[in-house]
Amino acid sequence: MNGVHDLGGTDGLGPVEVEKDEPVWHADWEKAAFTMFPTNSVKGYFGVDEFRYGIEQMHPAEYLLSPYYDHWAHTIEHYTVKAGAIDPEELDKRTKYYLENPDAPVPDRKDPELVSLMETIVHQGGSARRDSDRPAQFTVGDRVRIKENSPFGHTRRARYIRGKTGVIEAAHGTFVYPDSAGNGLGDDPQHVYTVLFRAADLWGQEEADPNQTVTFDVWEPYLERA
Amino acid sequence: MSTTQIPAQTPLPIPKTIPRSEEEIAARIKALEALMIEKGIMTTDAVDRLAEIYENEVGPHLGAKVVAKAWTDPEFKARLLANATEACAELGIGGLQGEDMIAVENTDTVHNAIVCTLCSCYPWPVLGLPPNWYKAPPYRSRMVRTPRQVLRDDFGLDIPESVEIRVWDSSAELRYFVLPQRPEGTENLSEEELAQLVTRDSMIGVGQPLRPEPARS
Repeated sequence: MNGVHDLGGTDGLGPVEVEKDEPVWHADWEKAAFTMFPTNSVKGYFGVDEFRYGIEQMHPAEYLLSPYYDHWAHTIEHYTVKAGAIDPEELDKRTKYYLENPDAPVPDRKDPELVSLMETIVHQGGSARRDSDRPAQFTVGDRVRIKENSPFGHTRRARYIRGKTGVIEAAHGTFVYPDSAGNGLGDDPQHVYTVLFRAADLWGQEEADPNQTVTFDVWEPYLERA
Repeated sequence: MSTTQIPAQTPLPIPKTIPRSEEEIAARIKALEALMIEKGIMTTDAVDRLAEIYENEVGPHLGAKVVAKAWTDPEFKARLLANATEACAELGIGGLQGEDMIAVENTDTVHNAIVCTLCSCYPWPVLGLPPNWYKAPPYRSRMVRTPRQVLRDDFGLDIPESVEIRVWDSSAELRYFVLPQRPEGTENLSEEELAQLVTRDSMIGVGQPLRPEPARS
């Protein structure tokens, strides 16, 4: 989708605001929102691509203005409600309760097995690599163009690279295809390549830094020969 | 195209006030947390443990260890540049959001920096969780368009025009980090002392490693 999240090359968003000695957590709710990602993910309520698509469907104004982990809370609410794990009415009621009683604790519950599972996930992760019999259509050094398509669902085909020409810098093998998995349509593994663009080919000769390049990782269906 | 059918979007309701206040966000997430705890989806000790891991155990000190080793051990450096995931695993470093890592080396002619224009992709096992500015719109929007200005104006890092700036947009599941150049005057430092010079920002590409304390004469 042509969403507000697709920020590469957008102008007018101001200076980078660096918080000095920034803590890992700014508030307890950030820790909770963070924990919801791996715990709900193992329940199967979403994969990482669907998780991103949920964030992309936030209202653009809210996306730009809200704190980062609130994005996570939005997408997690979206998928857990959709899965029937969370009842929206119950959530509204409980939200009202905590608004009126901000210091009321959450229920205490411990589960050493879940803690151990979380430690395993942190240390092992879960690669998006998937085997596929598909032969690679491109190789390092090929000149390629990003097809102009503007799909409506989840995609990683950022607007600023669409229609642009670059050179394949690296070939990485086959991975889960977000344009499929993010839309709930399965892994559909595709070859992933790193494409190197000259800044002039992205932004035009007049504006671009003559000694700048950008790399962007693409899945094979995004590419055509240039 | 392999995707023949795109499901209809199911937009979330537009909130009445944009954005929600910090109090509203805190209450909403606490409510969600409470319901998930009651249903056994998550627990209070899982929250505490994950918070502790990324506060105290997984952070840029791990990436610094990798960089310092690459500075002192040419064979390790070659392995790191060939396959960062495997090289980091030699040091017991790896995992979530770093399943497939790539180290990009700064040289006299190329300065590398990483960004994620579409979301917030970042190599957690070597750098920990990203700072807010990395995930916020200004950095994500400008870093691919005017990186030399961003580095100079926003980070105080002046990269001469003779040096190519290469920005790695982490759009897939590959996670990049920068192998900065070893500072001059560090010939006599140990690997542990070198690691102290490696900052998080130098591994994102928005800073340089620290300079060693001048030797007393």
